[in-house]
Amino acid sequence: MSAHAGARGGALFSWRRIGAVILRHTYVLRSSWPRLLELAYWPTVQMILWGFITTFFLGHSSWVAQAAGVLISAVLLWDVLFRANLGVSLTFMEEMWARNLGQMFVSPLRPYEMVAALTLMSLIRTAISVSPAALLALPLYDVWVFSLGPPLVAFFANLLVFGWSIGLVVSALVLRFGLGAESLAWVAIFAVAPLSGIYYPIDTLPGWLQPVAWSLPSAHVFEGMRSVLFDDVFRLDLLAGAVALNAAYLALASGFFLYTFHVARRRGLLLQQGE
Amino acid sequence: MDPPDAVVAVDTLVKRFAAVTAVDAVSFTVAAGSTTALLGGNGAGKTTTLAILLGLLLPTSGAVRVFGEDMLRHRHRVLGRMNFSSPYVDLPRRLSVAENLSVYGHLYGLESVKDRVRAVARDLDIEPFLDRPTGELSAGQKTRVALAKALLNEPDLLLLDEPTASLDPDTGDWVRSYLETYRHRTGATILLASHNMGEVERLCDHVLMMRTGRIVDRGSPDDLIARYGRRTLEEVFLDIARDRRRGDTDRDTAAQ
Repeated sequence: MSAHAGARGGALFSWRRIGAVILRHTYVLRSSWPRLLELAYWPTVQMILWGFITTFFLGHSSWVAQAAGVLISAVLLWDVLFRANLGVSLTFMEEMWARNLGQMFVSPLRPYEMVAALTLMSLIRTAISVSPAALLALPLYDVWVFSLGPPLVAFFANLLVFGWSIGLVVSALVLRFGLGAESLAWVAIFAVAPLSGIYYPIDTLPGWLQPVAWSLPSAHVFEGMRSVLFDDVFRLDLLAGAVALNAAYLALASGFFLYTFHVARRRGLLLQQGE
Repeated sequence: MDPPDAVVAVDTLVKRFAAVTAVDAVSFTVAAGSTTALLGGNGAGKTTTLAILLGLLLPTSGAVRVFGEDMLRHRHRVLGRMNFSSPYVDLPRRLSVAENLSVYGHLYGLESVKDRVRAVARDLDIEPFLDRPTGELSAGQKTRVALAKALLNEPDLLLLDEPTASLDPDTGDWVRSYLETYRHRTGATILLASHNMGEVERLCDHVLMMRTGRIVDRGSPDDLIARYGRRTLEEVFLDIARDRRRGDTDRDTAAQ
């Protein structure tokens, strides 16, 4: 019998194992300042770019003038969705690049604990990514995105969860088809961008496309954001729609990831990753 | 019914990848406290068999029991009592050795990770490079680090894939000595795949000879050498790998 009584791992769910995966990725971030810089770089550049566009529009568009922070808020919230997706998929691909999945899954780590670790790591990476841009918007453009108040938490949480769902599907596809499919992490999310109503209301879309847009949690969030900024109304119906859709998508995405993991075990893919 | 002292019991294991049968109706048991070798040429099915035992790969059919647990249904009940090392499965290169060992210490739920990492590092003589990135180590150092990771939870069953591949003779001998000591100290069971016949003769009580996915012979190294009328296990290996029966080589030699 092993002398290390703690070394068993039969528990169905272990926060300690999830913490171990997060610790592993925290070490990666901590060891490389360019990685940390890269996380914050694009959201900040985006915010600065859209800040200038907003400044220009303020003098030329009565729509934007009604709510000066609408474009910057939209940019920052879009980055929450984008970074949440990358937070899951890049964290997973880090294991594939390191050819570490085989080692991890001969330990007592369970696949659904990996899913939990990926989502928590995504939360950390997203917070690191968008916080500097959100804070810089105040001195640069006098936009304090936190003035959205409690609705901001609801928007952030819903976009985060939708990003997780997309990230889990991308991770599953990369596991199934190999690192040749890694560019999906960057491009898949843009399929939902035109339908999310980030910078324009959903009723701008053609009638036949609007039901498709409303099937996305992100459309509910961005409409909700405009409602707060233009009308000072927090619409609970939009929040409820986003939460319900997110619950369904997260369950489906997690199920898809776990099914793909099973397929990977059948095909021997856990030992054959890498470039 | 598995033998009462069997730590590993494999029954009619089959693994097919499309038209290729990598493991073909393999059955064997590994007795508690023994060191058993899976021998065979490249593509014989050794690594596939180890991957199935570890739960990384699902078999097409057959049964695998480890410590009496069905590995296809309940592998998480026993994975904490097992561990694995292979020169072909990396640890993250950017993490330092100490960080890697710490992560795996937590994954295995060790009670005192720092103390255990320190103890394993001392045992395997890797203390001088605990703070170096794992990717910057030499092959011999990486092998010792991989072994340290495999011994973190002091496993009752240790699976090793070519534990001394690409090591110089001195480091290879050091690893073999360490494995002997570990087994005698803990009573652990070891199953290893190897191409090094000297290593197998020295370490193993039992040998499973594989060719094209099948176990074609088995026995202790001495028993196999005697049965094939050879002087070394390497000669037996060549006979089996080339599908020669006893005496074929003598006749070939006489005919020349």
